Amino acid sequence: MTFLHHTIRSFFLIEFVKAMWLTLKYFFRPKATINYPYEKGPLSPRFRGEHALRRYPNGEERCIACKLCEAICPALAITIEAEPRDDGSRRTTRYDIDMTKCIYCGYCQEACPVDAIVEGPNFEFATENREELIYNKDKLLANGERWEREIAANIAADAPYR
Amino acid sequence: MPTLTIDGNEVTVENGTTVLQACEVAGIEVPRFCYHERLSIAGNCRMCLVEMEKAPKLVASCAMPAGDGMVIHTNTEKVKKAREGVMEFLLINHPLDCPICDQGGECDLQDQSMAYGIGQQRYDENRRSVREKNMGPLIKTEMTRCIHCTRCVRFAEEVAGVPDLGAINRGENTEIMTYLEHSLASEMSGNVVDLCPVGALTSKPYAFSARPWELKHTETIDVHDAVGSNIRIDVRGREVMRALPRVHEDVNEEWISDKTRHAVDGLKYRRLDQPYVRVNGELQPASWQDAFAAIAAKTSGLSGEKMAAFVGDMQDMESMYALKQLMTSLGSKNIECRQDGANLDASERASYLFNSGIAGIDEADLILLVGTNPRLEAAVLNARILENVRARGLKVASIGAEADLTYDVEHLGEDASVLAELAAGKGDIFKALQAAEKPMLIVGQGALAREDGAVILKLARDLADKAGMVSEHWNGFNVLHTAAARVGGLDLGLVAENGQNINSLLGRAEAGEIEFVYLLGADEFDVSKLKDSFVVYQGTHGDAAVSVADVILPGAAYTEKDGTYINTEGRVQKAVKANVPPGDAREDWTILRALSEVVGHVLPFDTAAELNEKLVNELHLVDVVDVKPQAAWGDFGVEGDVAAGALISPVTDFYQTNPIARASKTMAACSAEFVQVGVALEEATGTHG
Repeated sequence: MTFLHHTIRSFFLIEFVKAMWLTLKYFFRPKATINYPYEKGPLSPRFRGEHALRRYPNGEERCIACKLCEAICPALAITIEAEPRDDGSRRTTRYDIDMTKCIYCGYCQEACPVDAIVEGPNFEFATENREELIYNKDKLLANGERWEREIAANIAADAPYR
Repeated sequence: MPTLTIDGNEVTVENGTTVLQACEVAGIEVPRFCYHERLSIAGNCRMCLVEMEKAPKLVASCAMPAGDGMVIHTNTEKVKKAREGVMEFLLINHPLDCPICDQGGECDLQDQSMAYGIGQQRYDENRRSVREKNMGPLIKTEMTRCIHCTRCVRFAEEVAGVPDLGAINRGENTEIMTYLEHSLASEMSGNVVDLCPVGALTSKPYAFSARPWELKHTETIDVHDAVGSNIRIDVRGREVMRALPRVHEDVNEEWISDKTRHAVDGLKYRRLDQPYVRVNGELQPASWQDAFAAIAAKTSGLSGEKMAAFVGDMQDMESMYALKQLMTSLGSKNIECRQDGANLDASERASYLFNSGIAGIDEADLILLVGTNPRLEAAVLNARILENVRARGLKVASIGAEADLTYDVEHLGEDASVLAELAAGKGDIFKALQAAEKPMLIVGQGALAREDGAVILKLARDLADKAGMVSEHWNGFNVLHTAAARVGGLDLGLVAENGQNINSLLGRAEAGEIEFVYLLGADEFDVSKLKDSFVVYQGTHGDAAVSVADVILPGAAYTEKDGTYINTEGRVQKAVKANVPPGDAREDWTILRALSEVVGHVLPFDTAAELNEKLVNELHLVDVVDVKPQAAWGDFGVEGDVAAGALISPVTDFYQTNPIARASKTMAACSAEFVQVGVALEEATGTHG
C-alpha cells in the first residue's frame, strides 16, 4: 500500500503541483515585504530609536543637568558635565552618549523630568566607523531640532497612557 | 538619671537629655530638621513630634526634657498623621526643583518626605517666592527652598561667633538673611552648607558640578592648618570635587574651616606635572633622568656642610623621613623644618606640643593666648574656645596684637614684656592662673618666630611652672602650630645643628657657604636669598620657590598620597590617597628614593611598607595612631631679655597661607572679599572714592 502511495505521489509530481499552487496563491495576495529605503513600516509612538535633546519652543534647551539619566543608564553610556551658565542657570557643558554602549532601553527618557532626552523615531543612523557613534551635545541638540515635530507628536500620542 | 519607656522599651538616660536623644539611645529614629546635636534647641520645625502618655497633645521631642516614668510612643497612627501633616505644610512652599538643586541626593527634606510624607499635595494656591541673598563667594543661596529651621542662624551665632545671620518678618514672610546683604564674614562659614537640611544654602564653588552618587569618598586628614581636621575627600574621576568634615570629637568635632573645605580647587591649577631643569637661566621641561642627573652633577664631590634642605608645611612624615635619610647619607645635617624661623627645641617634646589637647579646652577654666590669633591660625580650635566661652563662661586673656576672636578677650598688652612680668609672678592674671583649676597657656608662632623666640618660650615655660599649670593630670602649656608638618618635622629632629635656624642658613646661602639647597615643598620664606645657590624644588605648585629653582621635581599633594601627619597636639593621623598626581608627578618618597640611586646613596627601602617599617623603628610614636600623647615635662628655652615690639600672628591672610590655597580661585575670591576689602577700608580716608 505504501509502495503504491509513493509511486503515485512521485509519478504525478504531487509535491511540485502543491508548491506551485502555494506560489500561485501568494502571487495574488498583498505583499508582506516593503521596498525598504523608499517605503517604511509603521512605528509605535513608543519606538525607541536614536536619541535627541529637545528644546523649548522659545529655543531654550530643556536639559537642566540633573544627571538622572546618567545615573539610571544601565550601560553607563551617558556622560554629563555641568556648571552654572552665565545667567546662573544649571546647564550641561558636556552631554555625551556612546551609542555603541547604549542598549536602547529607554530608561533615560523615563528618568528625565523635563522630557529633554528622548529616543526619537529615527533608526537609520548607521555609520562607517565607531567614532561617529559617540554623540556629543551638539549632535544630540541637532537631532532634537531635526526630529522635534515627530517627537512632539509621539509624546502627545502616548500621553493618555502615562 | 530618668528612666523612660519608648515604644515599650525601657531606657535610662543622663540627666538633661531630651526625649529625642533618649529615642536615639533606644535606637529609634525620629525625623527632624531644626534639631542638631551641636546647636541650641529651637523646636520650630515640628517634625520630631511624638506621643507622650498623659499629655493632651503631641510633644516636640527635641525640646522636651526626658523625665522619669515618661511613656513615649513614636509609631502610633497619631504620630504618623502628625508627621505627614508637618511634611505637607513644609512642602507647601518648597519648590519641586530637586532636579536642579545641588542638595538633590543628599537632602534631608527629600529623604524624609520619601519616608514620612504622603507623597502628594493638596495645596493649590499661590506659592511664595523669596529673593536670593548675597552671602559671599562661598555660599550660594536659593531662599525659596528655605524651611526656616534656623540651623544656619544658630550656627553663625553659636559656633562661628558672627551673629550676622537672622530671620526677619513673621509667618509666611519669614526670610533668613544677613541683615545688610553682606558676606558671612567667618572662617567657618562653609559649615552652614552642611547644616542646611534643604538646598537653600549650597556651596558656590561646587555649584552644579557633581551629584553625590558620582563621587568616590576617601576618609583622610586635612593639612591646611595644624589641627589635623578629619575630612572626607570626594573625587570624581581624577578631580577632587569637594572636602567635607568627618566627626572626630577630640579634634574638629564636625566642623572644618573654609580653607580646608574650599582650597581643594587649588589642586587643579598651577600644578607642576613634569620635571624641569634650568638651562641658561630658563626652566626647560626635562625627563626624570635628566633632572636627577643635573642634581647628581651638583652634589658629587660637594661636602655635606655646603648642602641644606628645607621642609615645607604640608609634608607627610614619610617624605620628611626619606629626605632626612637622603641628606644624612650625603653627609649634611642642615635639615630645617621650621620655615618661619620659630625658636622651638626638638629635644623636649612637651615644648612644642599642644599638651592639653584640643579637647582639653572643654575642661579649661582660663586661657591665656600669647602671640597667637587662633581664629586665623586654627579656626576650628577657635570655634571650640567660643563654644566654651558661651557654654561655661570660659575666660580668655591675650598678649599680642589685638584681634577680633569672636568672643570677649581680656587684652593684657602687645609685647613680650607683659609675659615677662607675668612670669615674674606679677599681675592679676598670674593670680587667676594660679587659682584656676585647669588653666591653659597657648603660645603661638607669632611669639616664637622672632629673634627672642627662645626667651619667650622660656618665659612661657616658667609661667606655666610657677602658676602651677603643669601637674600629673594636666599640662596647661600649649604651643599652637600653623603648619601640619611642623610637629612631625620636630619629632624627626629636622632642626639644623648648633642653634642655626632657617634665617642663618639662608644667610650662609647668600654668602655662598651653602651651595646646594633642597626644598621639599618649602615656599614660605624669602626665596630671593637662594638665587645664587643650586636649588632643587620638589613640590606640587608653581609657587614662590619655583622662581629660584634650578631643578623642579613634581610631587604629590596631600590628597594624592598615603601619608602620616602629626597634628599640633602630637596626635598621629593617617591620610589616605584619594586621587592620583597629575602628569608625571609622583609620590614624594618615591622621588627621593629614585634620586638616592642616582646620587649614589641608595635608600634602604623599596616599598611604602618598608619605608613605614623603617620610620616606625626610628620613631616609635608614629605607630600609635589617633591617640593624644602625654609628653614628659622638662626644661627648655633660653634665659635672656625680650625685645620690644608687638607679638603679631604670622597669619595675616587666612585664605592665602600655602601653595594650594594660593593657587585656588575660590580662596583668591575670599581673600579679595574678606581680607583686601578690610585693608582697603582701613586705609581709606574721607577723600578716597
